[in-house]
Amino acid sequence: MPSVMLRKREDGKLIFYVAKKDLEETIESIEFDSPDKWGGEVVLGDGSKYSFEILDAPPKIPLTLQAKRL
Amino acid sequence: MAAMTREETEALIQEVLEVYPEKAKKDRAKHLAVNDTSLEKANKCITSNRKSLPGVMTIRGCAYAGSKGVVWGPIKDMIHISHGPVGCGQYSRAGRRNYYVGTTGINTFGTMNFTSDFKENDIVFGGDKKLAKIMNEIEQLFPLNKGISVQSECPIGLIGDDIEAVSKKASKEIGKPVVPVRCEGFRGVSQSLGHHIANDAIRDWVLENRDGDDSFPTTPYDVAVIGDYNIGGDAWASRTLLEEMGLRVVAQWSGDGTIAEIEKTPKVKLNLIHCYRSMNYIARHMEEKYSIPWIEYNFFGPTKIAESLRKIAALFDEKIQAGAERVIARYTAEYEAVIAKFKPRLEGKRVMLYIGGLRPRHVIGAYEDLGMEVVGTGYEFGHNDDYDRTIKEMGNATLLYDDVTGYEFEEFVKRVQPDLIGSGVKEKYIFQKMGVPFRQMHSWDYSGPYHGYDGFAIFARDMDMTINNPCWKNIKAPWKTETAQNEAVKAVA
Repeated sequence: MPSVMLRKREDGKLIFYVAKKDLEETIESIEFDSPDKWGGEVVLGDGSKYSFEILDAPPKIPLTLQAKRL
Repeated sequence: MAAMTREETEALIQEVLEVYPEKAKKDRAKHLAVNDTSLEKANKCITSNRKSLPGVMTIRGCAYAGSKGVVWGPIKDMIHISHGPVGCGQYSRAGRRNYYVGTTGINTFGTMNFTSDFKENDIVFGGDKKLAKIMNEIEQLFPLNKGISVQSECPIGLIGDDIEAVSKKASKEIGKPVVPVRCEGFRGVSQSLGHHIANDAIRDWVLENRDGDDSFPTTPYDVAVIGDYNIGGDAWASRTLLEEMGLRVVAQWSGDGTIAEIEKTPKVKLNLIHCYRSMNYIARHMEEKYSIPWIEYNFFGPTKIAESLRKIAALFDEKIQAGAERVIARYTAEYEAVIAKFKPRLEGKRVMLYIGGLRPRHVIGAYEDLGMEVVGTGYEFGHNDDYDRTIKEMGNATLLYDDVTGYEFEEFVKRVQPDLIGSGVKEKYIFQKMGVPFRQMHSWDYSGPYHGYDGFAIFARDMDMTINNPCWKNIKAPWKTETAQNEAVKAVA
């Protein structure tokens, strides 16, 4: 369960950053991204998949969340 | 020598790898690459931030070097105790030339060495008592210090001293921040982890000190300069540009910086990151906790400076944007004169770089402004994200080398035959004796500043006086030069 720091890049894309793993990737797709549901499976720019817990509302970014590697 | 093609560069890497045993060869092959500007991500072509191979000559430092030497050391009004045996602190003392204003030994302590000087006794019985005693002594001898940091050397982690407890107690007693930093040298693969640990120590022990205290008057133009260590006065040359365009620089991290400035940083509107490698962690943290955005900027060479000034200004209102244009316009004549003077002397010269974690990509623009070409670059302790940012800066089919070994670097230089090498002091004399002009780019070879427009003039002059120095013609012994040989033949005949 790595701690993932999420931030928005200047072009609006979400950046998925794991300091310990030295991983900085864009999030290409996220399973749920609506006002009442956020999270689930995310696919990164390099093709790897992680999953966040499903939240009731989109979180305020930047934020550190726990993610599970799939 | 003409530029090498991709195939030639690849062949060169293979040839250099040839001498290694099978296992070492496999490992080192991952760290050497030919640049491909079409790649988005560096992890496709190069591996970085891995343990150095045992048995090769690496140029890396340790976590203590990253914390004490880079991040904490330049904070001038704190006393940084090198906690452990005496050598680590003494041999790294003041070597990095982080300039500061103040009276050393009275209210600033940058070039002094404070150490707990561990002896066998302290290893056996623990050094906590000694540390507490030192802190009291410091308070008596240097009452104007604004805080103490404890920079752990290897034995502290090995014997399990509780420096946190000692620090908390001392902090209460003396009423100043006392920061324990767990930067034992054995942690991590290079100084890079030391930067991270130091950032985390700032986050945990310093940054929150003024939360909820709004007595510091803020303006909408407050910025902090983060990751500028004022080497040879760099931060000053940068700061003037930012102030001229109308921004207010609240804090300098950490060159010529104070603990008070660091405590005030959460109040700023924007964090400006120069050295991304060593300070991005704290910038990310402040973005999350205090919603302070951060951007990277580059103050090497007029092209990059103008680019960065405009990028910074775009995040503020028209007043600042106009200010940025004014600054660029004001210095245009000045830097154009510098280029006009030095470009004809330096044009077409080829440079190989091998520096720490930022400059291998940041100084490329400055060389290009002088018409020079960077044909090889590499980081001692860069990570993937550094190489991501480097790929676009470098030309196609140029050499990239991560944590290069002494042997590889020498072989590359012999084959690529650059006109200038920029690297550290450990490489300096090897290459100078090989007859290659060399600049020590960690602390600017005792020159500087190189940041900003003022710095660019000094940069250009230094590169010129190194490359075009008449001494390089006299490296070969007179009787070994070609003309001497010919004459000798004539004499015999």
